[in-house]
Amino acid sequence: MAKKLPPVDVVLVGFGWTGAIMAQELTEAGLQVLALERGGWRDTPTHFPTTVAPDELRFYWRHEMFQDTARETLTFRNNDSQTALPMRRWGSFLPGSGVGGSGVHWNGQTFRFLPSDFVAASHNTDRYGPLPEGMTVQDYGVTYDELETHFDRFEKLCGIGGKAGNLRGALQAGGNPFEGRRSDDYPNPPMEMTFAQKQFGMAARELGLNPFPAPSANMSRPYTNPLGVQLAPCTYCGFCEKYGCGNYSKAIPQTTILPVLMGKHNFTLKTHNEVLEITRDSSGRRATGVTHVDVHGEVFEQPAEIVILCAYPLQNARLMMLSGIGRTYDPRSGEGLVGKNYCYQVVSSVDVFYEDRYTNQFVGAGALGMVIDEYNGDNFDHAGLGFIGGGYLACWTTNARPIETHRTPEGTPEWGAGWKKAVKENFLKSTGVSTHGASMAYAQNRLDLDPTYTDVYGRPLLRMTYDFTPNDRAMTAYLTERATEIAKRMGGREIKVNAREGAYDSMPYQTTHNTGGTIMGSTPANSVVNRYLQSWDVPNLFVMGAGVFPQNAGYNPTGTVAALTYWAAEAIKSRYLPDPGPMVRA
Amino acid sequence: MRKSASFLVAGSALLGAVEAARANDFAAVERGRYLTQAGNCQGCHTPAGEEPFAGSRPLETPFGVIYTPNITFDTETGLGRWTKDDFWRAMHEGKAKDGSQLYPAFPYPHFTKMPREDVDAIYAYLATLEPVRKKRPENELPFPLNWRFTVKGWNMTFFEPGVFRPDPEKSQAWNRGAYLVEGPGHCSGCHTEKNLLGADKKGRHLAGGRLENWSAPDIRAGRHGGLEKWSEEEIVEFLRTGRNAHSAAFSIMSEVISYSTQHMAEADLKAIATYLKDLTGEERAAPRKPADAVMTAGAAIYLDNCTACHVSDGSGVPRFFPPLAGSGKVNNPDPTTVIRVLLEGARAVPTKTHPSPLTMPAFGWKLDDDEIAAVATYVRSSWGNSGGAVEADEVRKLRGLLAEGPP
Repeated sequence: MAKKLPPVDVVLVGFGWTGAIMAQELTEAGLQVLALERGGWRDTPTHFPTTVAPDELRFYWRHEMFQDTARETLTFRNNDSQTALPMRRWGSFLPGSGVGGSGVHWNGQTFRFLPSDFVAASHNTDRYGPLPEGMTVQDYGVTYDELETHFDRFEKLCGIGGKAGNLRGALQAGGNPFEGRRSDDYPNPPMEMTFAQKQFGMAARELGLNPFPAPSANMSRPYTNPLGVQLAPCTYCGFCEKYGCGNYSKAIPQTTILPVLMGKHNFTLKTHNEVLEITRDSSGRRATGVTHVDVHGEVFEQPAEIVILCAYPLQNARLMMLSGIGRTYDPRSGEGLVGKNYCYQVVSSVDVFYEDRYTNQFVGAGALGMVIDEYNGDNFDHAGLGFIGGGYLACWTTNARPIETHRTPEGTPEWGAGWKKAVKENFLKSTGVSTHGASMAYAQNRLDLDPTYTDVYGRPLLRMTYDFTPNDRAMTAYLTERATEIAKRMGGREIKVNAREGAYDSMPYQTTHNTGGTIMGSTPANSVVNRYLQSWDVPNLFVMGAGVFPQNAGYNPTGTVAALTYWAAEAIKSRYLPDPGPMVRA
Repeated sequence: MRKSASFLVAGSALLGAVEAARANDFAAVERGRYLTQAGNCQGCHTPAGEEPFAGSRPLETPFGVIYTPNITFDTETGLGRWTKDDFWRAMHEGKAKDGSQLYPAFPYPHFTKMPREDVDAIYAYLATLEPVRKKRPENELPFPLNWRFTVKGWNMTFFEPGVFRPDPEKSQAWNRGAYLVEGPGHCSGCHTEKNLLGADKKGRHLAGGRLENWSAPDIRAGRHGGLEKWSEEEIVEFLRTGRNAHSAAFSIMSEVISYSTQHMAEADLKAIATYLKDLTGEERAAPRKPADAVMTAGAAIYLDNCTACHVSDGSGVPRFFPPLAGSGKVNNPDPTTVIRVLLEGARAVPTKTHPSPLTMPAFGWKLDDDEIAAVATYVRSSWGNSGGAVEADEVRKLRGLLAEGPP
């Protein structure tokens, strides 16, 4: 029998970026907010101070920051003809665990999606005709213009360094000319670029492209955010992604919100408490709270007026399925919506090797890069190309860590003395151009509950059915060709093309940009949540995170995830609280 | 009818008197709250994370451990049975309700400078707090100090009761600052070196002290004083926000800022700065130049471990990571704080202005005694600093003391 706890106004399931933003916004509105986090407490000086942060063995190889697959993981298959098997070791993506979530170990590449990304279905249909058979792309139901001030808030919260390309409608030299209209510039200047970015910029300009510095959540200078929280200048140590930053130089919930939030009397955080189910009343139309279990196995019933899912997208979708809210998507019948439109990201790269120029890539930062956006979204004419969407091309210098980094030229043996020699010769003299492609939704790619495997509590694991699509393959081939054109002009001795070919492989790291499964849209017939991220079925239930993306754009998702969270928080405060109920009439 | 009318009149007159008394009470309570804060009573009378003002915090004195009393108005374990006169006697003369001597760990040699109306106001404020029943443990003092009458002799030598008298030669701000520093603020409790009997050393007033294995810096801010380089504005900023261009507060000063100075009126902080700026120090002889080999080792250790925050030239990131060049803590002739911060790390106090508890990690597990001594020597002897060398033995000794832990 679960022990019933005193009710709260709001319970947040998961406490990463979206949980921290939501907690800050709703406590400011005077609500009593409780966050339940299944992982532990984490802060900079205790868990990743400079003295231990750059420990590759501990954090990358042994996955200290990531979800524990021995307790719960997901099963994976490429298509329905296969039997999904559990991922016992993370590979292609790395979901975080603990306070701050994956927001602790991100790189800090903080883009805004393009205005056309939010209306991908209608925009592309208008321009190129009907979508291909099986493609289930749809509009977000919210526009870039509606989200603009929320993007701006997140950039100021984080101290993003960058160069505006479109300031209140006026194009700015040196910025991204394709970006949506910005109400304000970035709060900080771009990071210092290295030799590699300068070569990329030069090559891109030769090709008539418009390179711009990547928007970065690694601080280009000391920054105090609007909450008074301080971020220190980045030291370019090259331990961002997969690591916590020891220098307070990367915007994470701990360095932007938590110092203020944790002191509030109307906020409570319970760590090591995993939510098992969203509970509902007999009508099924109202969430009564959640049940959660602590490390001792004791189960609690937590009543709440509002339930907000703030876990990783895969977890949010699974919790909806385990709680029986909405129907799980079935591609054969086309019925059901939970688990639909699972999307990812399609990445490739081209390495550049120099003979006598040092790139010194160990002097890096997670979001230190130059970018071009000519081949992203619908910034170029897709007529005759056989795909929609695109991606950015960038020259990043994120790191050169001794265990992880070993770029070698074409023809290098895969092991032994020849490999070692090549690693040694090229370690300090190489760079690359990477492509970061969109992922368009298709009917067969989806999430559901696995029929065989269960977690430590005996509940079904999430099952992922995913492979690259015809759109993905045509798009990545095109982007890789464009990257090759630039790489060839960067003044190196030789290049090596790492194209994305064959079936999606869940083992080699690609990106932790898993999207969809709890998608947003315009009607209960096409989406799990409405434009305010409010459940159509249960109006006092909200779902945050990239799970609401109907399809993934050619950018890193965090900026858009955060903007949507601020947007939803604003709607809850200004519309839902005065009149609790559906904010969009179906 | 007439009768009841006159009764009504009398009644409303009475009501008026009560209201007036309440209004006076409010002013007194508010004044008392402010002074209680200015004196940081909460700091000593509250163990970390426990009920404010209910006492039992252990104070490590060179003579043994003294547990602070409960100053909420609980009748059994607190001040519930104390009268205003009892309280005045404690604050002004250092005597308990029963007439026994209080130990001077309770800073009555400073509080004696407070006028009666200020002391009464504190009493009025403490009386409004929720009484907490909490009995403190017995003090751990060796014979004969556990006999309270031994304090009598101490008082005869070191204590002179008397309310603060303004110096008519000085400005109003200077006098207000002097009152706050020497009276309720009791700054010299930490910042003045003590003699063998625990009383302030003559001629060392506010020139730096040592307590609980920390060295409190010299806070004289005139010529040759420890804070000579700090402007009045920078002193105010430090007390109000916990940071300024030169330094960040940590350890015991964290409590002072957190509970006390960040809540004080700007005019009072300015007054404190005016007073401190008027206190000159003594010129110090340059310390012996450290050995080249130690400086070379120290520079290498510094480059690997410290530059990410404190920057290769010791300039730090002002208000984020304190500069080491010119730092009063670094240049303190007593290197205890420098060594201790290297061993244990330190957390900059989070304040209303700067809520981030920016923290330096510990290096005690990573660097040995020789390495800590070398890097401490290096930072104390570079970029214009003249703190002097630190010996490995000093590091070893402090490690030992810290390993014993608090009582």
